[in-house]
Amino acid sequence: MLVIEGLRSDLFGPVDLTVAAGECVAIEGPSGSGKTLFLRAVVDLDPNRGGVRLDGSRREAMPAWRWRRLVGMVPAESGWWADRVGAHFERPEMLPPLLETLGLPPESPEWEVARLSSGERHRLAIARALCLEPRALLLDEPTASLDPAATERVEGLLRRFMAAGGPVLLVTHDIGQARRLSARRLVMRRGRLGELREAAE
Amino acid sequence: MSGYLALSYLDVALAALFVLLTAAISLAARLGLEGRLILVSLRMVIQLLLVGLLLKFLFALSSPWPTLLAALFMLAMASREVRARQQRPLAGIRGYGLGATTMLTAGMLVTVVALTVQIRPDPWWAPRYALPLFGMILGNTMTGVSLALDGLHGALVRDRVAVEARLLLGHTRFRAVQPVLAGALRAGFTPILNAMAATGVISLPGMMTGQILAGVDPQEAVKYQLLIMFLIAGATGLGVLAAVWGSLLFLTDRRDRLCLERLAPAREGI
Repeated sequence: MLVIEGLRSDLFGPVDLTVAAGECVAIEGPSGSGKTLFLRAVVDLDPNRGGVRLDGSRREAMPAWRWRRLVGMVPAESGWWADRVGAHFERPEMLPPLLETLGLPPESPEWEVARLSSGERHRLAIARALCLEPRALLLDEPTASLDPAATERVEGLLRRFMAAGGPVLLVTHDIGQARRLSARRLVMRRGRLGELREAAE
Repeated sequence: MSGYLALSYLDVALAALFVLLTAAISLAARLGLEGRLILVSLRMVIQLLLVGLLLKFLFALSSPWPTLLAALFMLAMASREVRARQQRPLAGIRGYGLGATTMLTAGMLVTVVALTVQIRPDPWWAPRYALPLFGMILGNTMTGVSLALDGLHGALVRDRVAVEARLLLGHTRFRAVQPVLAGALRAGFTPILNAMAATGVISLPGMMTGQILAGVDPQEAVKYQLLIMFLIAGATGLGVLAAVWGSLLFLTDRRDRLCLERLAPAREGI
């Protein structure tokens, strides 16, 4: 269970939110409303105030790098620092089943990063985060660059993660995706998180 | 030192004829270089005449405080230059302070050790030895530090997404910046490594050439040059390492975040 209490920075919040074990919360809202900043604050990537706990452990009680291994975040734009895909994975033995689920060939770790399509990049970034076996998952527009078939595969992976008890926090512009993942839908407006009013759609 | 041949100002002026010839060709061919060439030449003449006067004055005084003051002035100019040579220096006073602190520590340490242990003039701070030595060490350290910091800050801005990807994958700040750090150190060390590799084969170093022209035995001049090269390389190495580490400590925080808002905003134009 991911518990967020009074999380805020100069640009958003305060936000209170609890994502139960196995639950998916989908956040919608206009661009620039603070959705991405909110996710970054949860993983402590920007200066922020407020409390975040995962299964009772406070993030301040551990170094930030360990917190980010427990709460995995996949940003909208994936970053790469080596030439080959495989160099970005910490536990290659975890990789084959993940690649298969995401519809990527087993030789994809040999690929050059510079030649990846945006969809391949993004699926590999999701696989890279899942290799660390995080206990909660934050995703910023996980399927914006994917075709319907790949989207379905990513959603299948997220469903499996939730079935194993992992809380998922999702930023998405895809209303269908929130429905398919039976997510609780919230909306971010000017840095404040609120219930979705169906009439506002 | 009997072989020293003094120059007259006429000799110097005759040497400038070749520059004037270049300017004339540029003018005739409409290359547009002549204005800048003449301006820079005049500037050089004024700068060097003034520094000659100043050094003569300081040598005549031969007093520790004016010598220290001159060294600090050189340090201040070098710190300004380090900041100016970076596209995105640290914001505020740190933009000057980081270069000043690291060059002061590395440059002064190496200069003082060289003066007190190896060269040993009497007194050890004698401006005739201290100022040229500090100047050579400072100039090279400045080049290394500014290249390293420019490389580091530029790469952090350019590769922010990649560095943050590593942070998000649970790397510590020091591990996450590792590739960027390696590139910055390479940039800082390249000039002195190249200079050491080429010296004596492709180029004869200016100081050694100067001593030989002044009548010093070439083998003696080589000894001096080796000493200077080691001092320069040592000071540059220490200065670059300290500057890059210091800058990384400013640009990250204890919660393993990248704090690029601590860089000065990007400049317009160049």
